[in-house]
Amino acid sequence: MARIIVVTSGKGGVGKTTTSASISTGLAKRGHKTVVIDFDVGLRNLDLIMNCERRVVYDFVNVIQGEATLNQALIRDKRVDTLYILPASQTREKEALTKEGVERVINELSETFDYIVCDSPAGIEHGAQMALYYADEAVVVTNPEVSSVRDSDRILGILQSKSRRAEMGQDPVREHLLLTRYNPARVEKGEMLSVGDVEEILAIPLLGVIPESQVVLNASNQGVPVILEEESDAGQAYDDAVARLLGEEREHRFMTSQKKGFFSRMFKGG
Amino acid sequence: MSFLDYFKGKKKNTANVAKERLQIIVAHERGQREQPDYLPKLQQEILEVIRKYVQISDDMVQVEVDRNDSCSVLELNVTLPER
Repeated sequence: MARIIVVTSGKGGVGKTTTSASISTGLAKRGHKTVVIDFDVGLRNLDLIMNCERRVVYDFVNVIQGEATLNQALIRDKRVDTLYILPASQTREKEALTKEGVERVINELSETFDYIVCDSPAGIEHGAQMALYYADEAVVVTNPEVSSVRDSDRILGILQSKSRRAEMGQDPVREHLLLTRYNPARVEKGEMLSVGDVEEILAIPLLGVIPESQVVLNASNQGVPVILEEESDAGQAYDDAVARLLGEEREHRFMTSQKKGFFSRMFKGG
Repeated sequence: MSFLDYFKGKKKNTANVAKERLQIIVAHERGQREQPDYLPKLQQEILEVIRKYVQISDDMVQVEVDRNDSCSVLELNVTLPER
């Protein structure tokens, strides 16, 4: 049986796809057979972030509608050989994702994979609800900013009432907070909500804090999941998050600003 | 930030403002989330029945559900106009 993890947020642009790419790559790198599914029908983007946009032949909706087999639609990652991508359809309606169809695909994937990562679209409509419906665990991606925190709380409400686990009266979906685009210097100046503030408001356990970093854009430009930028702060923060997801204890890093000393100011121009 | 604040080097702590605003709105929205879906319609229909007899405004009927472990209590508050 595979563990099903949804990466969700409510609000758009907070880093769901970036996070899905990195978490799935991180799980696969540790030897777990992992598939990452793009649920954003009509606005497919995971393929670009994973650098396989030119290898898409069949997609998730084709498989649901029986126009292709799973093996035809799954794309094997070229960097990590235990990682597969199931791209979203770019042309269909969101309603093409039926509960029964999604269940059939997830059940079939469950037979051979250890982890199924579901990359949710933004919003709280059909696509987002399909992405979280079968989840065992949820990574709630949040920016330290008012609208993102409020939307995350909204999505937590949906996880607690509209997921399969909620409807069947099973153990609730395990929720994890992943705070992204965190800027410790601005937090110290009182300009940004702190990790503690967001934890206090949302009241769910913290999976990790990803610092705001130029590396993220550079990586996405090239279709490299940022977790593979192993020297970078954001890459290491994602690696920590994956380790914690697997039950490892790791201390939180990158939560305080690196004060620049006199010499680095002089030589790096501030 | 006022002119004087600039010289005192004091900046408003906007993160605290954000936190306080969020705590209020999130608590409010969680309260609504726990209410059953039929509540607004129930409130509307009760309002219509009362209006057959007395003219009252929308905000004069308040319906809430309090849930305990073993039972739920429907609390209905109707304010009648002074005569």
